[in-house]
Amino acid sequence: MLGTLRSIWNVFLHLWHKKETVQYPEEKPYLPPRWRGRIILSRDADGGERCVACYLCAVACPVDCISLQATEDEHGRRYPEFFRINFSRCIFCGFCEEACPTYAIQLTPDFEMAEYKRENLVYEKEDLLISGPGKYPDYNFYNVAGTSIAGKDKGEAENERPPVDIRSLMP
Amino acid sequence: MQDRNGIEGADMNVLIGIIVPLGILFSVLTVAAGLIWLERRLLAFWQDRYGPNRVGAYGLLQPLADAIKLMFKEDWVPPFSDKPVFILAPIVIVITVVLAFAVIPFAPGIVVIDLNVGLLFFLGMSSLGVYSVVLGGWASNSKYSLLGGLRASAQMLSYEVFMGISVMGVVMMAGSFNLGDIIEAQRIGWFWIPQFFGMVIFIIAGLAETRRLPFDLPEAESELVAGFHTEYSGMKFGLFFVGEYIGITLVSAMIVTLYFGGWLGPFLPPIVWFTIKTFLFICGFILLRAAMPRPRYDQLMSYGWKILLPIAMANLLITGALLLRAM
Repeated sequence: MLGTLRSIWNVFLHLWHKKETVQYPEEKPYLPPRWRGRIILSRDADGGERCVACYLCAVACPVDCISLQATEDEHGRRYPEFFRINFSRCIFCGFCEEACPTYAIQLTPDFEMAEYKRENLVYEKEDLLISGPGKYPDYNFYNVAGTSIAGKDKGEAENERPPVDIRSLMP
Repeated sequence: MQDRNGIEGADMNVLIGIIVPLGILFSVLTVAAGLIWLERRLLAFWQDRYGPNRVGAYGLLQPLADAIKLMFKEDWVPPFSDKPVFILAPIVIVITVVLAFAVIPFAPGIVVIDLNVGLLFFLGMSSLGVYSVVLGGWASNSKYSLLGGLRASAQMLSYEVFMGISVMGVVMMAGSFNLGDIIEAQRIGWFWIPQFFGMVIFIIAGLAETRRLPFDLPEAESELVAGFHTEYSGMKFGLFFVGEYIGITLVSAMIVTLYFGGWLGPFLPPIVWFTIKTFLFICGFILLRAAMPRPRYDQLMSYGWKILLPIAMANLLITGALLLRAM
């Protein structure tokens, strides 16, 4: 009986406690930098597209919401002809970001993407591409990768030795 | 001139006879609507939340939004139900609780009928209200509803017994069943001190009567979906809801009338005192809902019959003995 009365009193005292509610539209919640929200495609520091259209994100996606088509530019650089993410299917698991070898696809701390029409949730490449490098400001795939493109031959990347002539007998 | 004044006097009586019931009906229904907002807000505060605060200032228009929503919902009568009874049940609960307000004296002169058996009328009306729940549960023709209705009938039967017994102490002390007389008899001292146990039992029985949370076994949304009103939708469900909230107001008003001096109080006008006291008890009911868990069904029954009934009987006997000795 006394315990019941005490619990009633304790509940009453909660009238003056701090409220847990975050009053959302006026008061934004804190989102950590690694929050898995709206997906973007980032660019290199010099403005080139990072995506090399390797399809790894589309393969990793458990709900198959990413579709793209690879093509090559005149310098032999691969890039996606189109890149489409259907956010009405996306579950924001972040597997695409983990699979990406070039840090091109990244998840951002933003969840405010509600739409009145379902079709508007299908984001095309121009909706996904941002102008900056995202979370990895200095990274450039072609500067560290061994592939040769116009203006950079094999062995010219960072931390890369010149290629070994496999037909030579010299060490 | 004299003639005209006489006619005006008669007109005034007729006018008062129309205005008072309409005013009471209007304010009771408004309070019931406001309680939906008040309960959600208070419960939220006691759970460290804000509750509805978006629709209008402080969310005050939330009941209006809810009412519009309920009105436009599909009013579905299940094809397997007993249709006439199914439709009748929610009407019964609202009619009985509103009728019971007829005998409540809000202030000297502000009462619909000054009935000599006002207290019995209240008890009778609250007993009739049980039919709504039982018939609703039966006519729905579904398992959960039937279980809810069964629980309701058992709970009401057992808690009504000592609700009646607990108020008899007040009746003996006031020497009347008339609620106005009972309030007048409290000029020397409110009855909650000499009738403390009677008051506690009446509050508990009143809680059970309105099927509020510690005693909401007929509804029990965690076990029985929604108990007796599982199959109800739209405004029929809304009527059950309104009936419950008017019931809370009614029981609070009765507690105030019987044990806390009704409209008696210094400085402020009587109607204000009555409103303040009733409001406090309504808030108390909501606090109980926020703080107390629902007992098991057998606990409810044994608590009623083994603890509350003996206390009510003892209270009745001791009050009677002391009154006889004083005479």
